[in-house]
Amino acid sequence: MSGKTSTIDKLVEQKYQHGFVTDIESDTLPPGLSEDVIRAISARKDEPEWLLEWRLKAYKHWLTMPQPDWAHLNIAPIDFQAISYFSAPKADKDRPQSLDEVDPKLLETYDKLGVPLHERARLAGVAVDAVFDSVSVGTTFKKELGKAGVIFCSFSEAVKEHPELVKKYLGTVVPQRDNFFAALNCAVFTDGSFVFIPKGVRCPMELSTYFRINAAETGQFERTLIVAEEGAHVSYLEGCTAPMRDENQLHAAVVELVALDDSSIKYSTVQNWYPGDENGVGGIYNFVTKRADLRGARSRVSWTQVETGSAITWKYPSCILRGDDSVGEFYSVALTSNYQQADTGTKMIHIGRNTRSKIISKGISAMQGQNAYRGLVRITPRAENARNYTQCDSMLIGKKCGAHTFPYIEVRNPTAKVEHEATTSRIGEDQLFYCLQRGISEEDAVSMIVDGFCKQVFKELPMEFAVEAKALLEVSLEGAVG
Amino acid sequence: MMLKITNLHAKVAGKEILKGLNLELKAGEVHAIMGPNGAGKSTLGNILAGREGYEVTGGEILFNGKNLLELEPEERACEGVFLAFQYPVEIPGVNNTYFLRAALNAQRKYRGEPELDSVSFLRLVREKLKVLHIGDELLHRAVNEGFSGGEKKRNEIFQMAVLEPTLAILDETDSGLDIDALKTVAEGVNRLRSEDRGMIVITHYQRLLDYIVPDKVHVLADGKLAATGGADLALKLEEQGYAWLEDGGIETLDIKPAGQTVNP
Repeated sequence: MSGKTSTIDKLVEQKYQHGFVTDIESDTLPPGLSEDVIRAISARKDEPEWLLEWRLKAYKHWLTMPQPDWAHLNIAPIDFQAISYFSAPKADKDRPQSLDEVDPKLLETYDKLGVPLHERARLAGVAVDAVFDSVSVGTTFKKELGKAGVIFCSFSEAVKEHPELVKKYLGTVVPQRDNFFAALNCAVFTDGSFVFIPKGVRCPMELSTYFRINAAETGQFERTLIVAEEGAHVSYLEGCTAPMRDENQLHAAVVELVALDDSSIKYSTVQNWYPGDENGVGGIYNFVTKRADLRGARSRVSWTQVETGSAITWKYPSCILRGDDSVGEFYSVALTSNYQQADTGTKMIHIGRNTRSKIISKGISAMQGQNAYRGLVRITPRAENARNYTQCDSMLIGKKCGAHTFPYIEVRNPTAKVEHEATTSRIGEDQLFYCLQRGISEEDAVSMIVDGFCKQVFKELPMEFAVEAKALLEVSLEGAVG
Repeated sequence: MMLKITNLHAKVAGKEILKGLNLELKAGEVHAIMGPNGAGKSTLGNILAGREGYEVTGGEILFNGKNLLELEPEERACEGVFLAFQYPVEIPGVNNTYFLRAALNAQRKYRGEPELDSVSFLRLVREKLKVLHIGDELLHRAVNEGFSGGEKKRNEIFQMAVLEPTLAILDETDSGLDIDALKTVAEGVNRLRSEDRGMIVITHYQRLLDYIVPDKVHVLADGKLAATGGADLALKLEEQGYAWLEDGGIETLDIKPAGQTVNP
């Protein structure tokens, strides 16, 4: 099939389709990190004193921490003084009161990305808190959510409008000193989302945020806090794309979820940051700390992620199963192609009685991609009758890529039941030939096989997201077989 | 002539497997290819289908006048070449019906026919299942995933029925089947025999040919056709085994050597 190779080469060389830069003047701080920079960020955001102090405390601690190097990743040195820590679209002072007043260029950007703002949002029944660089520019459906008592706003707004809630929960799941990148985020975070679902409320719609890094050489430090009170239910979607860039961009987000008695939070991510070019130049560094604290009895948190982007992904959405009978789930598809590297997985910490967790991880490696699953299942002495099921599958496409599995299992209670299954398969030449022999083209065959491999995870995603995720995998894998 | 193979030489992993094979098959005919293990039977099937790793070093294959060796595997499939696999592959998570519809529509598109929507496709599928006496439980499962040996082979025949190939190659479809499964599969094949379809049935054992009665039987040994005969040749092979090949004594078998036309 040598005739095929040239078509494949062409497809591989296809440029990142979301690679464009919006020409908007950015109000950007000069590069560098110091107490003064943190004070400047806080001042620009007109923050209360307590939050500034909180940032500074994190910063002081961060200075004492080394960058972690235990992951199965090859990370070029990051010069934290070369990064600018704040960038906001200039129109910040006169914030638009409605979407009509939003800079049309910005809307155009969202258009290209297919963000369902405007009528599309209404039709799709999706509320969007679109983060452009660091400051939220438009929030829809706020009124409808308000009627249900749901708070869904930018983090900065929450600090102003609901300081008591922010103060109560901020940093209680991921402490300032948790890890190097989380501490950095605590010090310099610029904006993000805040969700509060009061007692007994089922959020009337899926909440969705699209992130996009835009200004050159600007680190992106998002912070998300979701609180579900007793009996509350919410499904939250997060998706991102980033424009083409040569310099590596740092992204260190923190997501904290708090689930009280009988509540449930479903958190879905489609991550498509710029992965770098076919030679491994450029691409986003994605160091994310995501954790859920299942404080309440019978609470339930489900993480679903489809990770196709970023040059480097370092991410372990975790569940602390504190409440009795609480349930934590992690469904993941991670794809690495070209020179992408991913070290991702989860931690399930069983503390309460009868706690259950489930981990389904699907890693796909193509070209020179390196994919590691790293997961911890910890059953603490108090956790009577804890259950865990882990299934960890890797698929290799081609001969230069790699898949690695690092499962850590710590059981300190004899009543625990922990199951771990792992498989590695090479996308079969056999499977491929079987499809070709039935008349199906090579491209269609690959996407069909990969889609089947990921099915267990895709079915956990909300419908529109599942379609998007499937399309993303197809684009990401175009020409990966040869 | 639907299929004309002339002086075919082929290597697998550097080793010469086919050493000058000649074969002609007319539309409507069913040919059986028998022979000892390692004779090159499956190699022939894989070469016709265009599998990677099988290097043709000489000779020619004409399929309805077209040079088959110049076509990609999927193009051959779309031209009507179907291989029922000896070991059908599992594709986890891909629904069997979805797979088959993608295949049929790819072939229809190639031929410039409109694609079938899911309603008309399902109607077609149900019709075929009925004819083949196969239950519809195969429709809801992933392609061959967790199928028993018999189910896998039946699924191959079912796919063949839906795709309606011009030339069907059955590669040891009988292997690993008990007698009941064998009968079901053979019955399916017989229903698909038609005037404008050619079939090549590759098998190690004669018993399949009790149920699928071929027009011609070829014996493949050491990369060439060692003998060609009618359906009765298979019976003789059953009695005498393949040992005569090593003794070099075709004559001992009381059959005509390869290349001579035998009218059944």
